Amino acid sequence: MTRDDRWRNAAWTILSFVLIIALWDLVVRVFHLPTYLVPSPGTVMGAGLEQWPLLLEQSLWTSGAILAGYLAAVLVAVPLGMLIVASPLLERLLYPPMVATQSIPKIALAPLFVVWFGFGIWPKVSVAFLIAFFPIVVDTIVGLRGIDPAMIQLARSMGAPRWRMFLKLRLPHALPSIFGGLKVASTLAVVGALTGEFIGSDRGLGYVLVQASGQLNTPLLFATLVVLSVIAMAFFYAIEVLERVCIPWHVSQRGHPV
Amino acid sequence: MTQTSEPFIRIDQVEKRYPARRGEGTLALDELTLSIDSGEFVSLLGPSGCGKSTLLSMVAGLTRPTRGDIAIGGRPIQAPYTELGMVFQSDLLLDWRTVIDNVLLQFEMRGIDPRGHREQARALIASVGLAGFEAKHPWELSGGMRQRVAICRALVHDPALLLMDEPFGALDALTREQIQLDLQRIWQSRRKTVLFVTHSIAEAVFLSDRVVVMTPRPGRIHAVLDIALPRPRDLAVRESAQFSAYVREVGHIFQALGVLK
Repeated sequence: MTRDDRWRNAAWTILSFVLIIALWDLVVRVFHLPTYLVPSPGTVMGAGLEQWPLLLEQSLWTSGAILAGYLAAVLVAVPLGMLIVASPLLERLLYPPMVATQSIPKIALAPLFVVWFGFGIWPKVSVAFLIAFFPIVVDTIVGLRGIDPAMIQLARSMGAPRWRMFLKLRLPHALPSIFGGLKVASTLAVVGALTGEFIGSDRGLGYVLVQASGQLNTPLLFATLVVLSVIAMAFFYAIEVLERVCIPWHVSQRGHPV
Repeated sequence: MTQTSEPFIRIDQVEKRYPARRGEGTLALDELTLSIDSGEFVSLLGPSGCGKSTLLSMVAGLTRPTRGDIAIGGRPIQAPYTELGMVFQSDLLLDWRTVIDNVLLQFEMRGIDPRGHREQARALIASVGLAGFEAKHPWELSGGMRQRVAICRALVHDPALLLMDEPFGALDALTREQIQLDLQRIWQSRRKTVLFVTHSIAEAVFLSDRVVVMTPRPGRIHAVLDIALPRPRDLAVRESAQFSAYVREVGHIFQALGVLK
């Protein structure tokens, strides 16, 4: 992709957002929607500017919970996936209970975590962790298993020990799949942290949402949603950039220079 | 062939049976005996499922025979035999490595520092007509070029034995003819022993000193043909009456076996 192409793509993206906002404004004006139901884009922006110290501070809390839960999920899920692939015994031991816990709606565990960890950051981190964890394990396992058996035969004919096959063949081969899991998990971690904040919190954007809703302060509610989606998008794209750096060779990344 | 001295590869009454849940299982190879001399180019020719790939895998020590013995250079094969190069139907190149690094994988997997072998890898890559492509990635190459890189990877450590499992099966006809010529040239200049699995009669006749014709499952050796075509063989050989006679002979064998109707 040339530099010109990238500018053109960026221009189209901006244009699409401008069109959506213009349409929103038009709908509010034409149908005379009351502010407590749907505020106009201008009103939302006003509320955001007015409350920016609050939004900034609470964003930091929420981002902290998202990031902590996500990192914990990555640090546990990737090695766990590796262990499950490495050992059939561990697979039989760990995989069924892990799948069983996934059948519990993780959001339903949030009240329990409030009982256990109180109103601090830990219930949010816990829900974010639990909800982000599963896709990473599953995609790690799929990626590590997905190698061509002939490749393993070839490596054996070269006398390679298992650890070297793992480092030089299986792991790099699994990276595209692992990144798939990491991206799905990145959006789920946001859901998890926010849910934690809904259930019991005196801080964070989830708390702001609950407060704004109780006061029928719809402009602030909308402004918070905008901030939240910006955080979620920034997080997702950060993972995408990391992916581009790590696997520039993969078919999904070719022609997309960093 | 004289049997006074030990052949390079000795396959002695080898049987391979795959277990089934009940009963005797599937007999893939039965009572197979074959000797291959050093420097010989031998093809295993047969229909799909006749166990020719299994036999190749057993020579490499990657699969154990249910019965019988295989020895290379007088040493019985009980574990993966690593003094060889292997080429499969799929080129098995790693997308995250450049051409030269794919070739050097041969050393890295053996725990040998590849830095001392770059020049020899470069020369080998040039010898198959890929000079200037060393820093390209596999996805930037055509199918024929990729398989050439795979052949380089199998040869870079200069093994005495080359095992090839339908290496050109996925290539288009023109590429296939060219790469057959190149393989013959490499084989003549380096004098490897080659065991070559194919289901193309013309390919087997064109490349081989001997063609081992196998029966459908369970795989047995039905006939071994000495191919007395002069070397080096060029494409004109394919037009010769002698070449056609060999191809016809194999065709008749397959008709008699019911493989061709």
